[in-house]
Amino acid sequence: MKKSGAEIIVALLERQGIEVVAGIPGGANLPLYDALTGSRIRHVLARHEQGAGFIAQGIARATGRAAVCFGTSGPGATNLLTAIADAKLDSVPVVAITGQVATSLIGTDAFQEVDTYGLTLPITKHNFIIRDAAELLEVIPEAFAIAQSGRPGPVVVDVPKDVQQQFHEFDAWPELGVPRTVSDVDETLISAFLDRLHQAERPIIYAGGGVIASDAADALAVLARRNNIPVALTLAGLGAFPCDDPLYLGMLGMHGSRATNTAMDEADLVLALGVRFDDRATGRVADFCCHGSIIHVDIDPSEIDKIKPANLAIVGDVGKALCAVSQQVRLQDRAAWNSRITELKAAHPMVPPVFPSMFNPVQLIERLGELCGPETIITTDVGQHQMWVAQAYPFRRPRTFQTSGGLGTMGFGLPAAIGAALACPNTPVVCVSGDGSLLMNIQELATLAELNLNVKVVLLNNQHLGLVRQQQELFYGQRYIASAFQTSPDFAAIAAGFGIRSYDMGTNPNGEEALWHALQQAGPGLINVPIHAAENVLPMVPPGKANHESIGGEAIHASLSA
Amino acid sequence: MRHSVLELEVRNHPGVMSHVAGLFARRAFNIEGILCGPMDDERFSRIYLLVHAEVRMDQLVKQLEKLHDVLRVNARPDYDQTVFRRLHEFVEIDGPLTPDHCVAGDSH
Repeated sequence: MKKSGAEIIVALLERQGIEVVAGIPGGANLPLYDALTGSRIRHVLARHEQGAGFIAQGIARATGRAAVCFGTSGPGATNLLTAIADAKLDSVPVVAITGQVATSLIGTDAFQEVDTYGLTLPITKHNFIIRDAAELLEVIPEAFAIAQSGRPGPVVVDVPKDVQQQFHEFDAWPELGVPRTVSDVDETLISAFLDRLHQAERPIIYAGGGVIASDAADALAVLARRNNIPVALTLAGLGAFPCDDPLYLGMLGMHGSRATNTAMDEADLVLALGVRFDDRATGRVADFCCHGSIIHVDIDPSEIDKIKPANLAIVGDVGKALCAVSQQVRLQDRAAWNSRITELKAAHPMVPPVFPSMFNPVQLIERLGELCGPETIITTDVGQHQMWVAQAYPFRRPRTFQTSGGLGTMGFGLPAAIGAALACPNTPVVCVSGDGSLLMNIQELATLAELNLNVKVVLLNNQHLGLVRQQQELFYGQRYIASAFQTSPDFAAIAAGFGIRSYDMGTNPNGEEALWHALQQAGPGLINVPIHAAENVLPMVPPGKANHESIGGEAIHASLSA
Repeated sequence: MRHSVLELEVRNHPGVMSHVAGLFARRAFNIEGILCGPMDDERFSRIYLLVHAEVRMDQLVKQLEKLHDVLRVNARPDYDQTVFRRLHEFVEIDGPLTPDHCVAGDSH
């Protein structure tokens, strides 16, 4: 067969099973778009390349399979960078295919030329620049294999325009790019794991995104329940263990509950499963779990001993390790340890509302959790609303929570929700956002309106960069600068302008009914919820402090009597 | 400061040096010297890195091994490191420079 580089790319994407590509066309990727005409691949036209990158992430996070985005050269590529860096830090398999100026123009400062290869080098799992159409037959499948093998991550393939147009003759299509198989975990390591666990008196599970990436939530539940081990999750791990299980401790770390962080501190054995000891989870590292030994299971060898030395390390698939362990684990009731946990939970309950006249964000998120089914996918942006969701939303299943954890990208939530809804058309999707974050990718409301997807945006609107304001209040002597918005846009009017139905719980006499009504409607919707600006996310571990030094959120009794 | 040599086998293509050098910069590892040349099979190159023999050597090796184009990493504390300091002896020309020696744009 004889095909152009662009035709080869599109055909290889079809063969990989790609159904949706999000992107924006431009001068240097027009041949690629030309090859999309007549393809069975559905193209989703984002309104900003960062949106396209996050739509791809939304698909990948919902399915666990690599998703694809397109951008043109120059600004198309630079606009993709944030979404690619975000995918790197949260280990999301994304393949970004960028147009580049023609080979003969590279290095001449041509129109819309930028060194995409150089720019994406530190933020990808791997990147390629193609110099001959023949290379595509090897590189495109390899890009999918790399993105999905081991610890997933983003791959960039930069394709000069002339390479897209170059015809190449070849005999057969290459094999598909699939995740490389992971070897079974050494039986002696499993035995060592079990020995340490059986001897421990106060074991605790600290599980993260790796458990979700390896589809190991069921194995995790079997292990925890058979051996009665309390389970704390990282932000990326939320959904990996059902919130209604008595063993569940919620999220640990900077905004984790005191009970959870205290339990971590009292544990004599920490089972660190698919985690990377991120600073938001550990607090001051020297004090993290300093009374216990650590078993660290992760597929990325460079995570072992990176932050905290492990007493036992297992490099491998956490799902395989958990299956092997849970098959052989002893039944232990651990009555004393679990009654201590119950005691801690009773002593440190979630803080009730401080400003009863407004919508209390924690209660609102709890109510949202009651109104949404367990299959609902929640995405968030970044800030206070994100932490309230992490603290209070009742996640029950893996892959029902999408958030920008590692990079902390405001603007993630809306396009990720669009991607999730594209991947799971029969599943309701709710994007919980803030007024600061939503504005960072608000243009994607146009994409949402066009696709008419079942996505609801619940906007917690405090007219502030809330988490910045909170830090200024707590750690910068209440010297507020650049955290309050002097004007607040009419989000209902904005949504209406994009052709999206909107609701305002502030003007509705029965706000909660309005929320319920809005969630029931098919198609897109935006619900504005006024939140008091002085609401803080508590408790909070001050940056640089140990997790047991968290401040705020003590007990309601104290604030009532004050 | 004690030094050690890392011996890398890599795929020989234009981006590989950027990948290796970029890793050192973004992970805040120290690098003192780089030597690179093609192997007998020119699809592959060998890179020698002179690095501080520091506590994070294990992490450095693991991060290098994660690079897709890096095929093998060996820490070689036993290697002779003098070549990095005496490199000029291998490339310098005896006698005074003549105009023929100067490449275009060279300011010497």
